[in-house]
Amino acid sequence: MDLMEYQAKELFARHGVPVTLGTVVTDAAEASAAARAHGDRVVVKAQVKTGGRGKAGGVKLATDPDDAVDKASEILGMNIKGHIVHRVLVAPAAEIAEEYYVSFLVDRANRNYLCIASVEGGVEIEVTAKENPDAVAKVSIDPLVGLDEAKVEEIVTATGFAPEIADQAKDVVRQLWRVFVAEDATLVEVNPLVRLSDGTLEALDGKASVDESAGFRHPDHSGFEVVENEDLLELAAREKGLNYVKLDGSVGIIGNGAGLVMSTLDVVAYAGRRHGDVTPANFLDIGGGASAEVMANGLQIVLGDEQVKSVFVNVFGGITACDAVANGIVGALDALGEQANKPLVVRLDGNNVSEGRRILTERNHPLVTLVDTMDGAADRAAELAHNQSVA
Amino acid sequence: MAIFLTENSRVIVQGMTGSEGMKHTARMLAAGTTVVGGVNPRKAGETVSVGSRDIPVFGTVADAVAATGADVSVLFVPPAHTKAAAIEAADAAIPLAVVITEGVPVHDTAEFRAYAEARGTRIIGPNCPGLISPGRSNAGIIPADITKAGRIGLVSKSGTLTYQLMHELRDIGFSTCVGIGGDPIVGTTHIDCLEAFENDPDTDAIVMIGEIGGDAEERAAAYIREHVSKPVVGYVAGFTAPEGKTMGHAGAIVSGSSGTAAAKKAALESVGVQIGQTPSETAQLMRRVLESALESQPV
Repeated sequence: MDLMEYQAKELFARHGVPVTLGTVVTDAAEASAAARAHGDRVVVKAQVKTGGRGKAGGVKLATDPDDAVDKASEILGMNIKGHIVHRVLVAPAAEIAEEYYVSFLVDRANRNYLCIASVEGGVEIEVTAKENPDAVAKVSIDPLVGLDEAKVEEIVTATGFAPEIADQAKDVVRQLWRVFVAEDATLVEVNPLVRLSDGTLEALDGKASVDESAGFRHPDHSGFEVVENEDLLELAAREKGLNYVKLDGSVGIIGNGAGLVMSTLDVVAYAGRRHGDVTPANFLDIGGGASAEVMANGLQIVLGDEQVKSVFVNVFGGITACDAVANGIVGALDALGEQANKPLVVRLDGNNVSEGRRILTERNHPLVTLVDTMDGAADRAAELAHNQSVA
Repeated sequence: MAIFLTENSRVIVQGMTGSEGMKHTARMLAAGTTVVGGVNPRKAGETVSVGSRDIPVFGTVADAVAATGADVSVLFVPPAHTKAAAIEAADAAIPLAVVITEGVPVHDTAEFRAYAEARGTRIIGPNCPGLISPGRSNAGIIPADITKAGRIGLVSKSGTLTYQLMHELRDIGFSTCVGIGGDPIVGTTHIDCLEAFENDPDTDAIVMIGEIGGDAEERAAAYIREHVSKPVVGYVAGFTAPEGKTMGHAGAIVSGSSGTAAAKKAALESVGVQIGQTPSETAQLMRRVLESALESQPV
């Protein structure tokens, strides 16, 4: 789960990283009091889970409390790369002497941890790494050893921090590592880490992503979930424990297994090229046990999407038996009654497939079409969605 | 032969006495796997009936290994205890530990994977269906009856796509199918499996299934260019996945411009791997590859 800047800073503060928390406001009028609390001259920053806020105009300097209100009202409601700004952070304007960069992340390729640091911060690290690779230090960390003092020394030396701030930089590296480990983060990033005009270091911005799989040992992390920018259908699905991602197309998708569902989306999109370029409406993985209840919940979410014109149920029965899936579909349609109002294309294969197909054939529900192959079923579902939208 | 798992493999199950453990131990036995024991510290010394078989339960992996000569452990252990269980398996010097559990914290995986590697234990998974050498042995939750023994090797991040391809090519059959799992860090990679299949005299051709996230497929492509002489066909899932959204598997996410399906497909095609647009097209490609290999053989 990606955190917003103010949340990342909360996490940083817990482990001693030098930050100024500032005040979060959702209403521009509140920015005035927030500015007064932080010395009048403040920075107003959009709180969205995406990079490039500055370039998009989502970070502005305000010279006094009235100006802070103006700046906040300019930023609130802004669309930054598809993210609508619902809250801004009001923080004291800092007197910046220099900007640096420090991060820790899970290195998938090398299956360990990586510290990336640079004395050329304040810009995108990917850009620095490309244009001036020597300015970016990358130091691997063995998960079995962790960050020992030798490693701290190596990071600070490789980065090239000036001698007068080296000790402070070491502190920040240690503190940020503590955030990374203690909070089960997959990424912690400070850009920029600044040297203020008084010589002290401060994390002026913060980015963090925490591992949702580690939620069982961090019950407080659920407090970081912000639902404002999320689709209501995604929220409803999450409440029902369904793995659902809303997309923009018209063919609803229900399948079992993440890989098969991703593949189903692709196959539908290919088939859609023959049928008015229809595309998938969602990702929905109902997992191993496709009971009638899970199927009903899934169908309800998918049919609740007004963009959906047809639904493709694609199940390969590995552990799951196809007859259980078929019963699930029949039970779900009965339970939904009038709510089930879009054509359903069903493809079943694998464990107990003939019994599953028999159940659906005998039930002969007017909305259900049974197709033997995944490609054929995708084509039929795309065609139905196209016909419905033309009709 | 087959890779990693053969008819001689002696399998124990950590977490056997739980409901998932019991269910899949029964399925493994039915598939012909030599299951020699279970591990549960609270039930040490007991015997559990699985189907028509009585399986002894040991208090520790070390005890189970000492008593049975086990060389494979399959883990059905909840996420909070997976790290400790995997470390216990490595401490007992088990050569292969198959971690089925989904939802293991990535910091835990980073740690037990490195720990196991240092002790010579291969980890497969976590968040994986395990592996099967059809007709010989089955370690995990892959259904055994959807395919048969043959000469194709398969490696995949996805369980259900593995089953789909096993089923599509059931008339030809497989030497070994390995589900390596969809987490950001996994114990056994595409490259490890490609290397093993290349060296396996019972494997003629390889199916490689990838998906969005990370750069494992790109690195596999570089490996294939240098080291793999057997034909490889591939499939990549997730062309329609939006940026920044996790698609079911914890590791399946496109971040910015990295980890896209298009980049993976391009990397694999650049080293001569044919990529199917759908799973069934991938199966067709494999058929053609095997047919042309047969035709080119001297009569």
